[in-house]
Amino acid sequence: MLTLRLYFAQRLTAIIMAPLTLGHLVVMIYAVQDGLSVAEILARTRGSVTWFLFYGSFVLAVAVHAAIGLRVIISEWLGVRGVMLSFFSWAVLVLLLFLGGRAVWMVTLAGGLQ
Amino acid sequence: MVDTETFLDVSIWRDQGGDGHFETYQVPRLANQTILDVVSWVQQHIDPTLSYRFACRVGMCGSCAMMVNGEPRWTCRTHVKKVVVEDCLEIAPLRNLPVIKDLVVDMDPFFDKWVAANAVFEPSRTRDDPMAPITPDDPMRIVADGAIECINCAVCYAACDVVAANPEYLGPAALNRSWSLVNDSRDAGQAQRLHAVSAGGGCHNCHSQQSCAKFCPNELNPTLSISGLKRATLKSLLRWDR
Repeated sequence: MLTLRLYFAQRLTAIIMAPLTLGHLVVMIYAVQDGLSVAEILARTRGSVTWFLFYGSFVLAVAVHAAIGLRVIISEWLGVRGVMLSFFSWAVLVLLLFLGGRAVWMVTLAGGLQ
Repeated sequence: MVDTETFLDVSIWRDQGGDGHFETYQVPRLANQTILDVVSWVQQHIDPTLSYRFACRVGMCGSCAMMVNGEPRWTCRTHVKKVVVEDCLEIAPLRNLPVIKDLVVDMDPFFDKWVAANAVFEPSRTRDDPMAPITPDDPMRIVADGAIECINCAVCYAACDVVAANPEYLGPAALNRSWSLVNDSRDAGQAQRLHAVSAGGGCHNCHSQQSCAKFCPNELNPTLSISGLKRATLKSLLRWDR
């Protein structure tokens, strides 16, 4: 159920996620240690193209990576194959893109550029 | 030499077509006894209807593999003392293959996948051409050396959890053979081979759990071969060969 292209997409998104995960951890530790409030965080992220690109690419990579990984798991563990397997993979991709994309949009560019 | 005080409790899978179950036999324990000796003793002294396969008895033909105490083994080269647990043995047909009768499995799915993986030599020369010189220190030949001693016993296929979970998966043996041919400079079927091992049941489904390498009686490492195929197919994708 894993073809070369799906394998490549999963490895590529893993490579993309590795530095983004480290960046995300650094941001979290910085935010917690400095005691930033929600308002202070939003003040930094709203209107920021940089944060939009950072977390936007993160969401994109996570959605692709997780959809392929879950595709393998439900195929091997539950025996799902064929059209149902493709439907499940695309549904996971769309769901993660929607949820993650909406969150990133709301904390970055929803109010316009600054 | 017979140790008359010791007997083995041997559970052997009996299956006449869908009614599979274990039957237990008492087999005298002998010095330097192999699992194949045990099965043969049962067939010769207790039940002549017991079906099993063997041929060479010296670990070359690859026909006598069975599950022994839950692990795949070449039975002609597996000493009882190496695998016995409290004088008990459980002998079953190879995992991941359909049972024909008792300990005999249908090897067709195993070999069909060799064909599907394009694990067959495609000559680039005719018999009228001179022989291709390949020296022992040729880098491709050295890589191929690590994969060519396969005896087609299907022990790796029975050990593989990915085969168990995904019936389409080509399996370690077929992919290992493909990798040896990828490193054969005389072969003319490389593009088709890389395409064949990149499809839905191809090399990219391997989780690198390495059961194949752990149980291979010839100590080959099919996982390593499969990782070679992953690299070769990825390079081919990045070169836009496909």
